[in-house]
Amino acid sequence: MRVVNKHPSTLPWPMQLAVPVASLITFGIHLLLSKQSPPLETHSYMLLFWEILGVSVVLAIAQGFWTALRQWMRHMWPIFAAAILLLGLWDVITLGFHLLPLPYFPGPAAVLRSLISDRALLLDSTWHSLVLLLSGYTLGVIVGLVSGVCIGWSTSVRYWGMPLLKVVGPIPATAWIPLAMVVSPSAIASAAGLIALAVWFPVTMLTASGISNTRASYLDVARTLGAGRAYLIFRVAVPAAVPNIFIGLFMGLGASFLTLVVAESIGVKSGLGWYVSWAQGWAEYGKVFAALIIMAAFFSTLMTLLFKIRDRLLVWQKGIIKW
Amino acid sequence: MVAVAETEPSSLRVQNVSKSFPAPDDPLTRRQALSNISLSIAPGELVSLIGPSGCGKSTLLRLIAGLDSPDSGELLVGSDPINEPSAERGLVFQDPNLFPWLPVRRNIEAGLVARRVLREKRNEVDEFMRLVGLEAFANSYPHHLSGGMSQRVALARALINDPKVLLLDEPLGALDAFTRMRLQDEVLRLWENRRTTMLLVTHDIDEAIYMSDRIMIMTQRPGRIDRDITNALARPRDRSSAEFLRLRAEILELLHFAGDATSLSA
Repeated sequence: MRVVNKHPSTLPWPMQLAVPVASLITFGIHLLLSKQSPPLETHSYMLLFWEILGVSVVLAIAQGFWTALRQWMRHMWPIFAAAILLLGLWDVITLGFHLLPLPYFPGPAAVLRSLISDRALLLDSTWHSLVLLLSGYTLGVIVGLVSGVCIGWSTSVRYWGMPLLKVVGPIPATAWIPLAMVVSPSAIASAAGLIALAVWFPVTMLTASGISNTRASYLDVARTLGAGRAYLIFRVAVPAAVPNIFIGLFMGLGASFLTLVVAESIGVKSGLGWYVSWAQGWAEYGKVFAALIIMAAFFSTLMTLLFKIRDRLLVWQKGIIKW
Repeated sequence: MVAVAETEPSSLRVQNVSKSFPAPDDPLTRRQALSNISLSIAPGELVSLIGPSGCGKSTLLRLIAGLDSPDSGELLVGSDPINEPSAERGLVFQDPNLFPWLPVRRNIEAGLVARRVLREKRNEVDEFMRLVGLEAFANSYPHHLSGGMSQRVALARALINDPKVLLLDEPLGALDAFTRMRLQDEVLRLWENRRTTMLLVTHDIDEAIYMSDRIMIMTQRPGRIDRDITNALARPRDRSSAEFLRLRAEILELLHFAGDATSLSA
């Protein structure tokens, strides 16, 4: 291994070239394999690679002057290069050796083409999914926090509430779909309700356990400082439970994705889940994959956002626990 | 420079107090933790309570703090009976128990926020930060502090409420010897400035002699006050003076005979 000096003013050559070389290889593979593909597909795929190539060359030059960019590239470039090579592998498997049956598994260029040609509908579906997800998630979190704090704090609420929580909570929210469709006036409202239910359970459970496991000595100290009940709950027990609450929020977010997609592909006539089953109905598998890619980006963005919020709120834990 | 106490220090009286707990192994029997204990502390006095571990010192402090209630007997601050925790009886534990989610300054403010008087007394926070020498750490979170600094914050947090009585449950027990001696001086300085009535539970005979006006020795199971020794050594005290060592020898001997020859070690 080469000795890297402590404050190098530039990235090593192999690292600078990783992304451009990977994109050249991948595009080369595509050119070799895409003899029978429609020219339009190859064209947009080519444009994508010209863009990647151009941006990566510009960044490779810029990193010589910009330290923050260099740090970021040092961290991200190997992964980017690998992701681009994976596209090449995908081409080899689908277009090259026909290892996966068509039309169910189109190549990356075909998926990109679907992504571009159907962008208006995809954007609209993403928007609908976002609105539905956030309204259900917000409702579930609010109700979950309230019920979690009550169950965690009050022994009598815990006595009556806990059995209900333990019996009803573990039922997957999607299992209620048949009932929800009968009960609710609109599919959207019932989907939001189901998402809320899916989020409510983990948020309540973890909030309650966080609250009831508040160190007794924190409460004792607060009482000798003159704290009343409101202070004990909202300024001692709740902050002490925040690490736990976030675990519940993460679990709830995962459950909400699942419920969203299922609800959209069954009852709701909009959103990414609906788009996937609609495209599948027309056997347009390029569009199915396009929607899956959007979903991946959409859901992981929301996850990342929640992580950022946690890091902000739990800054006091930095150094106590390993994140 | 030093925040002046607004409330007068109060006397503290414990009269014939008993307390038992269910035995941990057999919930049907109860174990007597304190039996007919009585003590009285004059306003502004600093009294130490020493005794073997498990003799009920901490139980007694919790009763005085109002965190537990006695089976029988009476506890009074001045002439007011104690029946619930209150800001007029501050308590500092061996573990500083700082709220880890609040930076130092907001930990010190906690009592003011709890009593909803932060707005009027905000300037006192600065004074207390200075008093315990932690201005530079105002925005640090507790886990960045050393044990000694944390305990200073805990003291400031208790004192900012201007308690009539300050209860100290082995507050310096977890600190290394040098930090402990430095903090003993600091607690004494705070006491001399504010003349808060203080009850200090400790394992450390030297600490008791160095700090207090009076030393009470407790015996084990059930806990009772066995001896009450007035410590008339002139302040500031010299830990290596002949009188200091004589008193120390006397207490060691007493402890050896007190409480079924139980050793003082934890």
